[in-house]
Amino acid sequence: MFLTVLSALNEGFLQTLKLFAVTLIGALPLGLVVSFGSMSRFAPLRWLTRAVVWVIRGTPLMLQLIIIYYVPGVVMQGRSPWPGEFGRFLASCIAFIINYACYFSEIYRGGIQGVPVGQQEAGEVLGMTKHQIFFRVTLLQMIKRIVPPMSNEIITLVKDTSIARIISFQEVIWAGYAFIKGSRGYSGLIWPLFFTGVYYLVFNGALTVLFGRIERKMDYFR
Amino acid sequence: MAPILEVKNIEKHFGDTQVLRDISFSLEKGQAVSIIGSSGSGKTTLLRCLNFLETPDHGTILVGGEVLFDASDPATQLEREIRRKRLHFGLVFQSFNLFPQYTALENVTLAPELLARERPDYKQNRRRIHDGIRAEGEALLEQIGLADRMGNYPHQLSGGQCQRVAIARALALRPDILCFDEPTSALDPELTGEVLRVIRALAEQKTTMVIVTHEMAFARDVADQVIFMDGGVIVEQGDPEQVINRPREERTRQFLSRFAGR
Repeated sequence: MFLTVLSALNEGFLQTLKLFAVTLIGALPLGLVVSFGSMSRFAPLRWLTRAVVWVIRGTPLMLQLIIIYYVPGVVMQGRSPWPGEFGRFLASCIAFIINYACYFSEIYRGGIQGVPVGQQEAGEVLGMTKHQIFFRVTLLQMIKRIVPPMSNEIITLVKDTSIARIISFQEVIWAGYAFIKGSRGYSGLIWPLFFTGVYYLVFNGALTVLFGRIERKMDYFR
Repeated sequence: MAPILEVKNIEKHFGDTQVLRDISFSLEKGQAVSIIGSSGSGKTTLLRCLNFLETPDHGTILVGGEVLFDASDPATQLEREIRRKRLHFGLVFQSFNLFPQYTALENVTLAPELLARERPDYKQNRRRIHDGIRAEGEALLEQIGLADRMGNYPHQLSGGQCQRVAIARALALRPDILCFDEPTSALDPELTGEVLRVIRALAEQKTTMVIVTHEMAFARDVADQVIFMDGGVIVEQGDPEQVINRPREERTRQFLSRFAGR
């Protein structure tokens, strides 16, 4: 019984990891683009971006996921653009990427604006190009500033993937829950659901160690 | 021979406030000018204009007879040329602005190394150029008494040491004119001495300098000329001894009286 449950949970956690990885790969760069938008010197773009960030951060991810998954189907009169399990995965990815890009953008913005203007100016008077100033002077200071809030947000993302269950994306909580209703010949089992917590704990433990290492790597300067 | 630096009729506004009004002065090669005045008198803005960190609304700046900036001629304000023109000037900031992720030596050599890449012979002589820049950086740090601190990061150095590294960093590009923006104002009083000594030594070596400072005795002793600014205008300028010890203008006298006994 234990092995059957374990293999079901493993499959579920693989889906969790897939959603986690795709969200990171999409939201990390998109967040940077959004942060540039929210710092743009062109006021309409700046206000538009900030309004979008406000809406996305101001409403529940679960609601955004439901809207992205169900509204197109309603508009297209029943023909959902998200068929099957892969469709649910795709819809989840899109909702998560947009949501997390907005959170990341604020972290980037804090990191960029947190580097003192004097650093930029020192580079300028030393005859460096804008490109050189960004890559040789400000980038590393920015990264150092954003690692702690970023690791926080990424650990939250690991757990937030469980929200995709609301559209029946078959991640690890879904897999654990299935054993209550009945799955693979077992029903009425509650412990598999509780056991999913171990997956999150172990994975987040590994992430914590990783981020701790990155932070220590940049301890040599202040 | 034309003076190394000529500043003519510089004006600058921030919004509705005029911070610089008809500023003109000139400086001979190998000489130093001290600029004194209360906070908000426009001294720092003037230095920032010289270093292209601010754009004057009016006036011209000439170095060695060449027009570097003319507010009425947009051809002198092209973005790509400003970078080259900046190299005539070096600037030492009040708050040092050292790059925290680089060692003292790397702070000094970073800009020369990046500039060297633009040399046509960079590819062939990479190693030699690199070694040359490093040797020069080491020599500069030795000269300011930080030979044993080359591998330290800024946060491991005292304020005075940081400011000396910042001076070496500016010198490494061999600017025609070295500018100081209140180089000791962010330092504890017991650390100002070591920085002032370095600047004095530079004056003895005939480094052309523009020094904004609140150290009156230093301003008088180190410079060949003193400018007193107030409310965005030059109130008085001339021989250091005269301006500081026997000011002609009432406003200068008032300002200096606050430093009496210091």
